[in-house]
Amino acid sequence: MVEIAANNGHNRASSSKSIIMLTFEDFPPGHLGTYGPRRVTREEILAFAAEFDPQPMHLDEEAASRSMLAGLSGSGWHLCSIMMRMMFDGYIGRTASLGSPGVNELRWLAPLRPGDDLTLDVDVVEARVSRSRPETGIVTFKGQVRNAAGQVLCEMVSPIIVRRRAGIAAEQG
Amino acid sequence: MRFFEDMAIGQRREVGSFTFTADGIKKFAAQFDPQRFHLDEEEGRKSLFGGLAASGWHVGSVCMKLLVADAQRQAKEALARGEKIAVWGPSPGFRELRWIKPVLAGDTISFASEVESLRSSEKRPEWGILQARNTGTNQRGELVFSLLATAFVPRRSNS
Repeated sequence: MVEIAANNGHNRASSSKSIIMLTFEDFPPGHLGTYGPRRVTREEILAFAAEFDPQPMHLDEEAASRSMLAGLSGSGWHLCSIMMRMMFDGYIGRTASLGSPGVNELRWLAPLRPGDDLTLDVDVVEARVSRSRPETGIVTFKGQVRNAAGQVLCEMVSPIIVRRRAGIAAEQG
Repeated sequence: MRFFEDMAIGQRREVGSFTFTADGIKKFAAQFDPQRFHLDEEEGRKSLFGGLAASGWHVGSVCMKLLVADAQRQAKEALARGEKIAVWGPSPGFRELRWIKPVLAGDTISFASEVESLRSSEKRPEWGILQARNTGTNQRGELVFSLLATAFVPRRSNS
């Protein structure tokens, strides 16, 4: 993925035949895709929790069994970070993205468990041209992460800023 | 950690600060967010961020890290005073997360948490529901990160 990221710059897109750069025009409202599955291991859950979220419910089997989540669960921020990676592998890695201003809403609906196989569903809920930077557009995504049983673990609505095709053509012209 | 009864709207805590190194930014990005501006100084400089920028999810995760460390410090202090410790529940989510300015390699971000709202849980009467505005400010005093987090906080009366 690092190689794709390195070739991801819009200036190089034309010289890299294998990389198809997605622009604002490629994100009309509607279902974008389903990505995964991605297995999450106990070791990953423990390592993330140890570094960023060392609460007993994410680290210790015994304490976790007594918590509201009734068993060892991954940090919600770990789940968000995995969702980011699944979005990157699914489409952001080949999108002329300029970054994201934030997240409108994120809901943790069910715990992430060791061994879960995650799939990500993404819909474009809104796509509009930026008023302040007309060479870019703002695409708002809704992402839902499910486990193998189809239970939704996490749901997020978040915009990203994406170059318009015309904007790229003008720069390269 | 404090109980629901100990919380009041407007209460603010400084939860600690963290310096984002180039190595730390790249390590997180390689694992979770390998966009070019999070992995390479030159690509960062060419981007809207103007330098090697931390993934927004890295910034959020570090905020969580400092909140947990602060809670553990408070728990230790409570224990030393012979008080009961409040064990907070999981969070149902957050709203209004804003990555306001880039966090660049070398930046030191100070995080704070301020109580915005308090209400009872209808489904779980032994818990209260708290909303807190968690923010990050860089070494120049610029607000770089903000979110409105929700958490379940235990009631003293029911624990």
